[in-house]
Amino acid sequence: MSEAPKLVSVVIDNITVQVPPGTSILQAARTIGGEVAPPAMCYYTKLKGSGGKCRTCLVEVSKGSNADPRPMPKLVASCRTNVMDGMEVKNITSARVTDARNGVVEFLLLNHPLDCPICDQAGECHLQDLSYEHGKEGTRYEFHRRTFDKHDLGPYIQLHMTRCILCYRCVFVADQITNKRVHGVLSRGDHSEIATYIEKSLDNDFIGNVIDVCPVGALTDRTFRFKNRVWFTKPVDAHRDCPKCSGKVTLWERGKEVLRVTARKDQWGEVEEWICNDCRFEKKHIDDWVIEGPTKINRHSVISQGHYVGVVKPKETFSAVHDGSKPKLLMNIHSVSEVNRPEIDLSAIPGPATSDVFNETPKKS
Amino acid sequence: MGRKLLLEKAHVEGIRHFDVYRREGGYKAAEKALTTMAPDAVTEEVKKSGLRGRGGAGFPAGMKWSFLAKPEGIPRYLVCNADESEPGTFKDRYLMEFIPHLLIEGLVISSFALGSNRTYIYIRGEYAWIVDILEEAIEEARANNFVGNNILGTGFNCEIYVQRGAGAYICGEETALLESLEGKRGNPRIKPPFPAVKGLWDSPTVVNNVETLAAVVPIINIGGEEYAKIGVGKSTGTKLISACGNINKPGVYEIDMTISVEEFIYSDEYCGGIANGKRLKACIPGGSSVPILPANLLLKTAKGEPRIMNYESLSDGGFATGTMMGSGGFIVLDEDQCIVKNTLTLARFYRHESCGQCSPCREGTGWMEKILKNIEYGKGKKSDIDLLWDIQRKIEGNTICPLGDAAAWPVAAAIRHFRDEFEWHVDHPVECLQRNYGLAGYAEPLAVATA
Repeated sequence: MSEAPKLVSVVIDNITVQVPPGTSILQAARTIGGEVAPPAMCYYTKLKGSGGKCRTCLVEVSKGSNADPRPMPKLVASCRTNVMDGMEVKNITSARVTDARNGVVEFLLLNHPLDCPICDQAGECHLQDLSYEHGKEGTRYEFHRRTFDKHDLGPYIQLHMTRCILCYRCVFVADQITNKRVHGVLSRGDHSEIATYIEKSLDNDFIGNVIDVCPVGALTDRTFRFKNRVWFTKPVDAHRDCPKCSGKVTLWERGKEVLRVTARKDQWGEVEEWICNDCRFEKKHIDDWVIEGPTKINRHSVISQGHYVGVVKPKETFSAVHDGSKPKLLMNIHSVSEVNRPEIDLSAIPGPATSDVFNETPKKS
Repeated sequence: MGRKLLLEKAHVEGIRHFDVYRREGGYKAAEKALTTMAPDAVTEEVKKSGLRGRGGAGFPAGMKWSFLAKPEGIPRYLVCNADESEPGTFKDRYLMEFIPHLLIEGLVISSFALGSNRTYIYIRGEYAWIVDILEEAIEEARANNFVGNNILGTGFNCEIYVQRGAGAYICGEETALLESLEGKRGNPRIKPPFPAVKGLWDSPTVVNNVETLAAVVPIINIGGEEYAKIGVGKSTGTKLISACGNINKPGVYEIDMTISVEEFIYSDEYCGGIANGKRLKACIPGGSSVPILPANLLLKTAKGEPRIMNYESLSDGGFATGTMMGSGGFIVLDEDQCIVKNTLTLARFYRHESCGQCSPCREGTGWMEKILKNIEYGKGKKSDIDLLWDIQRKIEGNTICPLGDAAAWPVAAAIRHFRDEFEWHVDHPVECLQRNYGLAGYAEPLAVATA
């Protein structure tokens, strides 16, 4: 008979939870969920040694433990601090934490290019979420944002160093998932960058996972580059019989086309199982996969807009409120307007449309 | 004349070599410790001496030693931190260059106390020639059976290795030092676990400063209690101060922590007064990262008492009106020096030396430098001063290692005490490029608050 491990009780934002000893504050807070769970940009449950770097998960420990009730003088990184029995933690209930976190978000965005409109990560970017929650509208930074020399990481992975927040997750992935790491952090301080030392591509079988762990748009899928916005694509769980990995993936479809393949992610944005490069980059045909059904997406996510079960689409209400009569056409604007030229098919014009196109004499008058 | 323990024999001809050092009474402490004392007794002596870490934080060395975990079958390491990179601090260099055997002897005794059979000296890369001096000293000591196998027939083995850093200030932080020593990128580790439990190669490790380990020698020679009688209160023993800046006699001085700051600056025995007959404006008394103080607060505490050169008195008044002993890098600024420029220089240093691992320090240090540059060159705004304050506030305490604090404190102290000089820079964008703000009222005695 083995005894169940003794649980310790922790109070986080006045909510008591029981967790096994050795759990980090962050994991304890995640069992409560919601806003009590501190945001984490660099910590990744499945990567050993990750965390502690971004400082967004700072919390205040107002009581160390039952044995030593002294509060901790500094804010601590909740992802790397383990709970003690009787510990009391303040996250969103602490003004100090909120202030420090706002500061950290400001620092993270300081040199970020804010190129979300052209970034493939937009819509599923943790930095976007974080700045919506904790950021300010304006910036107090008046200087040139930092730039880097471009590094080519091969045909599959696109690196945008300007967007990187140096979470080191991709370094841990290469260390722990692949058999050899060929990229890392070069230089130091504000000019440190993710790169390969001698320029070469990342071509390990499992290196594609760096794309999934990247919290920002620094490492994106090159085969999906500029193909579509994530909120226009429809995530579908699927699997295949893969000799290298579990083969359990999420397909991102538009119509019948598979635009992108990623690993399945849990509610904290962390992958459930690593997938291999074959599944991720090579199997872009719907017939390669056995479809399981739509992926559950948080209803607050922009990705969940526009599709899925139970969605109420706006209907034409005119005939409903007018006892079934159709709206009456008062005037066809095309018959009177000189501006509107519906006969000119813009997509059929070679090159860009200019005023010359519209100034031509109409074929029919 | 204060008592000297470390540098007493520093200028004896040939003291760099074993024979002369031995003739002058060297390695007596090692003999005493290894042949007549138990390891725990050595630790106990160091505890009794009240010796505080000389690297900057001032943590009691004996206490640090007693925290060392001692699990069976796992090696323990002693690492000597000779990565002395703080601007203004050069005491360890002096010690290692002139009497390397004092450090070697201290290392042997400390290794014996801690049970370290492999001991490392991590020395900053720029001290290239000192590596040769130390290695020569280790070889001499080995030839005389003070290093190596079966030292003095006691059965205790101890190898000492010298490892050069590659020129990064951050590797002076103990966990970054250990990472670098293991051959990795010098990023500070996240604590806990502390090195005393999981340090070098995941084994229990003690990291001590050069001066701390050298001070073990006189402690064993004269006894911990005797050592504790030197100095005042919790500032026991002697401290090396490396004085530089606008003084007549820059150099390394050994003080017994009983003299006043005023005496230290003006007496001929030490700094010999401000150079060229100028007046004292400000001073950074403990290496570049400690808060700068204007002359009036430096010489007298806020309570009006004369400030003494020791841990307690220098930090009297907290950061509001005090500073820190730090590593003993005593930087003196005269009336011709510009505080804004000085702060900019320090901010540039910390921006350059930040490892880039955690966000507040990586981004914040660069931001502060850019703003300070604007203010220094007459392009600043009034709001920039408040912005600087806000940035340093958000860096301090929120980083993995103390480099964030070290970058924030000089900026905070400069704004706290010299705000009018910053404002003058903003208000006089042209004039500030041509002349200095000068001494202003920074040396005028302050009204003592009577409670």
